[in-house]
Amino acid sequence: MDSSIVISVNKLVKKFGNFVANDNLTFEVGSGEIFGFLGANGAGKTTAIRILCGLLEPTSGDIIVAGFNGYTQRDKIKANIGYMSQKFSLYEDLTVWENIRLFAGIYGVSRKLIQERANLLIENLGLEDYRNRPVADLPLGWKQKLAFSVAMIHKPTIIFLDEPTGGVDPITRRRFWEMIYEAADAGTTVFVTTHYMDEAEYCNRISIMVDGKIVALDTPSALKAEYNAESMDEVFVKLARNSQRV
Amino acid sequence: MRTLLFLLQKEFLQVFRNRTMLPIIFIMPVVQLLVLANAATFEVKNIDLAIVDYDQSYLSSQLKSHFTASPFYTIVANEVSVSKSLDMVHADKADAILVIKQGFEKDLLRGHQTELQLLVNAIDGSAAGLMNSYSGQIIQGFIQEQIAQRANVTVPHITIQEKFWYNPDLTYSHFMIPGILVILVTVIGMFLTALNIVREKEMGTMEQINVTPIKKYQFILGKLIPFWVIAMFELVFGLILSKLIFDIPLNGSLLLVFGVAGVFLVVALAMGLFLSSVAESQQQVMFLAYFFMIVFILMSGIFTPTDSMPLWAQIVDLVNPLFYFMKVMRMILIKGAGFMHIMPCLVGLMVLSVLMLTLAITKYRKTS
Repeated sequence: MDSSIVISVNKLVKKFGNFVANDNLTFEVGSGEIFGFLGANGAGKTTAIRILCGLLEPTSGDIIVAGFNGYTQRDKIKANIGYMSQKFSLYEDLTVWENIRLFAGIYGVSRKLIQERANLLIENLGLEDYRNRPVADLPLGWKQKLAFSVAMIHKPTIIFLDEPTGGVDPITRRRFWEMIYEAADAGTTVFVTTHYMDEAEYCNRISIMVDGKIVALDTPSALKAEYNAESMDEVFVKLARNSQRV
Repeated sequence: MRTLLFLLQKEFLQVFRNRTMLPIIFIMPVVQLLVLANAATFEVKNIDLAIVDYDQSYLSSQLKSHFTASPFYTIVANEVSVSKSLDMVHADKADAILVIKQGFEKDLLRGHQTELQLLVNAIDGSAAGLMNSYSGQIIQGFIQEQIAQRANVTVPHITIQEKFWYNPDLTYSHFMIPGILVILVTVIGMFLTALNIVREKEMGTMEQINVTPIKKYQFILGKLIPFWVIAMFELVFGLILSKLIFDIPLNGSLLLVFGVAGVFLVVALAMGLFLSSVAESQQQVMFLAYFFMIVFILMSGIFTPTDSMPLWAQIVDLVNPLFYFMKVMRMILIKGAGFMHIMPCLVGLMVLSVLMLTLAITKYRKTS
């Protein structure tokens, strides 16, 4: 296997009873790439992301994430990835600092480094005033930026972001993507799902899922050329229009 | 080990930051002990008695005065008819009716056999039994007195010397309090653990934890240790209150009490963990925990002796952790039982703790 490939999925299938959520997914993601994982609601994006993160048992197919087997080495995968779910899931009743300390501690970051990284993170996000306040007090946009930074606290190889900018204002979204770029520049592979087609344009490569299958996979410009479209929005509508599940 | 410390720190922070937790820990035991130990009693006092006297004689009024003199009875009515008195029983204004038939005095004076009728509200069977036997004693006393007066002789009769062991004054609270402490500790152990974990599922934080390389045993210990400590603290707090307020006897070794409680709590906590793996919402887990609680409590022997349960129920009780703990608490605190006496119960609890913990650990999965 090419050492620059960090995610390799071959014929991944996930069934819930008779319902096929992921139908023969095959793709690879390269190191340092920003990989956009697009699809309508219910297309199977979250299912696939949860399988890649070791949260969900796949039905069949080969999965290698960060060099580890998706069936037998889940704990090794988990040590090398970061994950930010659709739903905000830091502890609302803990302070910003306590959340950072907890997750960094679980990932085995040393106490000294926890202090350093926490200080840097809080400074970068401008959260000095919120350091010792419960996370529940933060506005949504800041919560999302904090969740992203906490998911990056152990400097993972790959970060999985499941609709990280849902419900966030345009300025915060822009700032959020700056953070994604910074992470990618530092060598972290970013695997991101989104519904915003302007965001899709920021990705190096994107895949589009319809009804559990990947129907397109290429760079944004190649896809626009192939589907003879002005924007990613048009590409998406052309592909997803025929979906049975929407 | 290091990961576990971070988890414990987080758990304690959250428990003490939770506005409803501190009242639960400190106020619940006070209220339960004060209210339940005093209110939930099987002693039958204040029996409301309606008397229907068809005789209206000197002797019938003597008999009535015996009842009036008894501390257990309050004469609520002197009715003229049985049906009126029955109305009072229907309306729950009277618990029993004593009917003195016409010719009562005449029969007695002539040395004939006579009859009294006692109608008792027997919805609560054991209370009815007690009322019956109290009345019997009063009537017996009345007859003894009559014979003594008339015959002017001392009548030979046997008096029974009663000596009640372990609880000489038959103080009901001494019997109830160990049971209430058991319930208290179970609620903390089982409910709080289950609720806490399911809440993490609902909030989505469980998924964030599951996506970390945390080990299963680390997560489980991180959840069980805090609630084990809190429940143990609750037991100490409850015992201190019981001693101060009710002066319950602490005859046996307290160390033994805490030892058994420690094992019992492993069962209760594992039960909570298991329920939280089965349920998806706090609502579901509340219902499940409530269901098991009711069955466990009612079969534990807190109110009724387990020895008088049918055999099948006694067999079922072998898997009821509250049955063992309830028994041991009373044995040690009231009787002063030692290690050897409570060994069988302790073994039972140990077996249950291993079984329950295995079940809970197998059921809990990081990958769904």
